[in-house]
Amino acid sequence: DQVFHIVPETFQQVQHLQHLCSTLLLDLWKPQLPEDIRAGEDLHIRVPAPLVQEVKDSLDHHMISYKVLIADVQELVDQSMPKERNSHRQVPEGYVYTQYHPMEEIYQWMTQIQKSNSELVTQHYLGKTVENRTMYYLQISQPSDKSKKIIWMDCGIHAREWISPAFCQWFVKEILQNYKSDPKISRFLQNLDLYVLPVLNVDGYIYSWEKDRLWRKNRSPHMNGTCYGTDLNRNFNSSWGSIGVSYNCSSEIFCGSGPESEPETRAVAQFIERRKSDILCYLTIHSYGQYILTPYGSTTKPPSNSEELMHVAEKAAAALMGKYGTSYEVGSTSLILYSNSGSSRDWAHMIGIPFSYTFELRDKGTHGFLLPSYQIQPTCEETM
Amino acid sequence: QDIDDVGHKYHLELVLEDILDKDSTVNCTAEVLYHLGNNNIAPDVQVTLEGELKNTDEADNIFYHRIKSLEKELVAENIPDSYGNVLPEMEPIHLLAWVASGYVIWQNSTENTKFQLAQIKHVKQVKRSDEYLEFDYMILLHEMVSQEIIPWQMTVLWHPQHGVQVTRDSRQPKHASE
Repeated sequence: DQVFHIVPETFQQVQHLQHLCSTLLLDLWKPQLPEDIRAGEDLHIRVPAPLVQEVKDSLDHHMISYKVLIADVQELVDQSMPKERNSHRQVPEGYVYTQYHPMEEIYQWMTQIQKSNSELVTQHYLGKTVENRTMYYLQISQPSDKSKKIIWMDCGIHAREWISPAFCQWFVKEILQNYKSDPKISRFLQNLDLYVLPVLNVDGYIYSWEKDRLWRKNRSPHMNGTCYGTDLNRNFNSSWGSIGVSYNCSSEIFCGSGPESEPETRAVAQFIERRKSDILCYLTIHSYGQYILTPYGSTTKPPSNSEELMHVAEKAAAALMGKYGTSYEVGSTSLILYSNSGSSRDWAHMIGIPFSYTFELRDKGTHGFLLPSYQIQPTCEETM
Repeated sequence: QDIDDVGHKYHLELVLEDILDKDSTVNCTAEVLYHLGNNNIAPDVQVTLEGELKNTDEADNIFYHRIKSLEKELVAENIPDSYGNVLPEMEPIHLLAWVASGYVIWQNSTENTKFQLAQIKHVKQVKRSDEYLEFDYMILLHEMVSQEIIPWQMTVLWHPQHGVQVTRDSRQPKHASE
């Protein structure tokens, strides 16, 4: 099927087009009704494939000029629709980074990424989730004889923030595609190792695909299975349970039965604790809001290296804005957002990691958690 | 501005941006007064527009006639869907919900809340004998501070010349939308 763009010039042309539409029962996209077709105004019609030639001939015969606006409607439809989830899709070279992927596909992607980039990427076991699923992180490390500092980035701590795991996957792809050709990236990798955890809250993410799109927490059962989920970003041991939390399981910001009560939290915390002297920067990716947040959420007292933290964050926000004009607000959580305790970002800074940031990606509430997939690319590109 | 014994007053300068035409903007100023103590009263709002809003008569009428001429009452759910998509013919239904939810949000806001419309869970057109269009919505509001997703029922009336009205709205228990 094709979509034609026509601007009728004369009344005769208008009449002919109206006639064509009604006799061939063509699908008028603009205007809505044949009687609204006017000379000098845009006309968009969808012509079913078998009639394309006939319509073109008729237009030519009546000296009506046209442009093909969409050459293949089906192609466009396929691109914008998520494919069937029950097919056993491999993760080919053609992995679509501009679509959201369920956990099964992300697991396959990680395996594939390691396979096709084994000189740089290794997949590692981090821990298990409440429902006994495996958490893996990817280590991107250029072989070298010098020991390197680490940048850690985790995505998907909150299940409904789908743009976050999408970003981690995009990030990995960008680095791997460009590390040889982009001098900035190759210099980066000479001095730093990147550790990326594409989905921290695996159980929650799966739940948001299968049962409740707006689920946030993990899936730990409480009160004899009558209530589920701890907010993993309130579960870390940073002023745990003091402010901006709930002690009630039914709340979205339930901080759990104690600091690091959740296996997912422990898996991340144990790893980072062990390697903390080498970790330069801790990044955790969320949505939405368009913020770059610095510690702390639990107090307005600024961290010791506050100036430096802000300076770097402000440069990041400026670079981000330079891409598509998207503005991000920079500041400490307790000042520009709301108070909270037990966040991973605060904890990372408290144990000594100098640069610790929470990124809240697009948007500002128009789509909120339901960010359409056409925004995946620009969001990820600007955040790179 | 703190006003003793009355509440907190905020003076705002904002820019309104047309969703359908990003380059079309209108400046405006507003004053919002949150009443002290009583969280059951909506904040007082005064708005002054410095300019004119675009005329939407044509699009309004097209939508109005399309719905009026439907044989069966419109029914839809999950707008936007999980992937953030809205079918083009559902866009006006989506926009209408947005406007109507603005009223609900205003009526239920305090200095410590920040609401956004997260999703339309369900919408059903209610046939009327008069010229108004009526829609029964079940929406999900996202509250930033508590991070809660709150289901809310609202009955919305609309007419191209008479605008939007929310005739009934009620907060629903958490599992009402499932």
